[in-house]
Amino acid sequence: MESTSATPITLPARATAHYAWPIAFRLLALAIILLIALVTAIRLGAVPLSTAALLDAIAGRGDASTVAIVRQLRMPRAFQAALVGAALAVSGATFQALLRNALAEPYILGVSSGAAAGAVATVVSGWSVRTVWALPVAAFAGAIGSMLLVFRIAFSVGRALDSRVLLLAGVVVSSFLVALIWLLLTFADTESVRSAIFWMMGSHAGASWRSVSILAICLVPSLAVLFALARPLNLLAIGESTAAYLGANVERTKLIAFGMATLLAAVSVAVSGTIGFVGLVVPHAMRLVWGSDNRGLLPCAALAGGAFLVAADTLSRTLAGANELPIGVVTALVGVPCFVWLLRRPAAK
Amino acid sequence: MNSFNAGWSLRDIRFRHPRAPQDAIDGVTLETRAGHITALLGPNGAGKSTLLQIMLGVLSPSSGSARFGDRPLAAWTRTELAREIGVVPQGEAEPMFTVREMVAMGRYPYLGRWQRERDVDAAAILDAMRRCAVDTFADRWLGTLSGGERQRVRLARALAQEPSVLVLDEPTTSLDVRHEMNTFELLRTLRDDGVTVILATHNLNLAARYANDLVLLHKGQIVALGAPVTVLTAEQISRVYEWPVSVELNNDGAPQVVPLGAPPETPPAPLRARRSMEIAT
Repeated sequence: MESTSATPITLPARATAHYAWPIAFRLLALAIILLIALVTAIRLGAVPLSTAALLDAIAGRGDASTVAIVRQLRMPRAFQAALVGAALAVSGATFQALLRNALAEPYILGVSSGAAAGAVATVVSGWSVRTVWALPVAAFAGAIGSMLLVFRIAFSVGRALDSRVLLLAGVVVSSFLVALIWLLLTFADTESVRSAIFWMMGSHAGASWRSVSILAICLVPSLAVLFALARPLNLLAIGESTAAYLGANVERTKLIAFGMATLLAAVSVAVSGTIGFVGLVVPHAMRLVWGSDNRGLLPCAALAGGAFLVAADTLSRTLAGANELPIGVVTALVGVPCFVWLLRRPAAK
Repeated sequence: MNSFNAGWSLRDIRFRHPRAPQDAIDGVTLETRAGHITALLGPNGAGKSTLLQIMLGVLSPSSGSARFGDRPLAAWTRTELAREIGVVPQGEAEPMFTVREMVAMGRYPYLGRWQRERDVDAAAILDAMRRCAVDTFADRWLGTLSGGERQRVRLARALAQEPSVLVLDEPTTSLDVRHEMNTFELLRTLRDDGVTVILATHNLNLAARYANDLVLLHKGQIVALGAPVTVLTAEQISRVYEWPVSVELNNDGAPQVVPLGAPPETPPAPLRARRSMEIAT
């Protein structure tokens, strides 16, 4: 009844699923990996610390500068990376289910280009230097604004939230905003261009406890809402009419899920710039291992995305000595080979 | 299973797709009968799928009244409908779900947001998988199945809904003879168990053998309605499908449609016209 141009979402690694790993075990394993990633991230840096020294510094004992490095720099940075990774991975998994498209990712509805347009505008105009808050606020406003524009276009074309129309609207709005960004940068000075480009490649260098708490306040409820929508999202991943026939409230589920997934992407982009790849690949990696059931997939993607981004951030600030690599470069350079390995993994018996 | 008259009562239903020049459904009045197999027939574009979508409440008619069971269709919630009507749609995306996970989705209308699968749900899932013979590969990923196996999984999912009505949109397209016959035999068994079956199909002959009522649609209108022998006449089928056919009676009395050779009134296209067609393509 519904013409589904079904894009197969990644090939199964095995012909048969095996449930040797109940959801609780998967979550426990991923939580342990996340914890190891966090501890490693906080220990490593220009001044490496032993685990004992780390615990002392967290408790506030010992050398004052070490305490400051751990408490004010490394901990907020690691936590921010974990929260952003979780947000992007869950956002990406949600978009992939909603749009039934393997290439869907958190920025697909123009969130990143909207945020970048806002950020670049503050950089070029010089506001970002005068007020610390100008850039993240403008980025967030740009992200939400571009999303509203995409939805406005989609609504004016058809009354339902047709995923094909949404995708197209996202592409054209993005292209338009990217053109605006280059237009702004054409008239900007070299230093502004450099900082705008570095912002667009993403970084956690600006992390503070304040940014971490704002992230947490936005993320925890939206993650909870999306976890609660896992079952209707499973139905939507098959098809919209099928979901309706099975009893789901399709339009309401889509509206809430699109809104929450976009909010996750917008908040992440506002605090750390556009970090690609995490939202696309972490959900696929989880699917390859444990299947598409969103009840397991969404929480697993949150933990795995967090761990992945913490590890990538640690590499980005330690690999090149004093220079910091853009985190988007690290996520792709490390992530792509891992993902190819996962794709090519021989089928288990 | 039938706690009430599980059937539709449609009165002068009209429906036009957005920006379409004419009505896709042009004044359909139909009473389906509970406990029967009803087949919707008609050429491509006759309005079978559109009519089914109206009956399933995902399209709202532009005019006319549609009732299901004891009240207007619009007064049913999706959950209530999903507990009464199991649907086997034509095509679906296939994310990485196992066969059992897919069949278990049929229990969606019975479970609360955070509710775990109960024993009754597990029993309904197992029973549905056995009936459709997919229980032997319950742990396989959908992507590794053949077209026929996937179709049976979708049917099993609909049965897991424990429906009083089963609606199928061209359930046997892309199935071979054995799987097609298995499907129709299963529909007959379900009918004998009290399930009302509505299906859209292009297989006139199996519809004639298995369905109690046939509905022949043409350009959004019902042109014939009733028992197979009254609907499947050579004159009617030739006219609606725009191809000459003869109709013979089977051993069991079911009419069987045999398409004849090329229609005599269309002579082969002249050479020049064919050449220009080749250029056009």
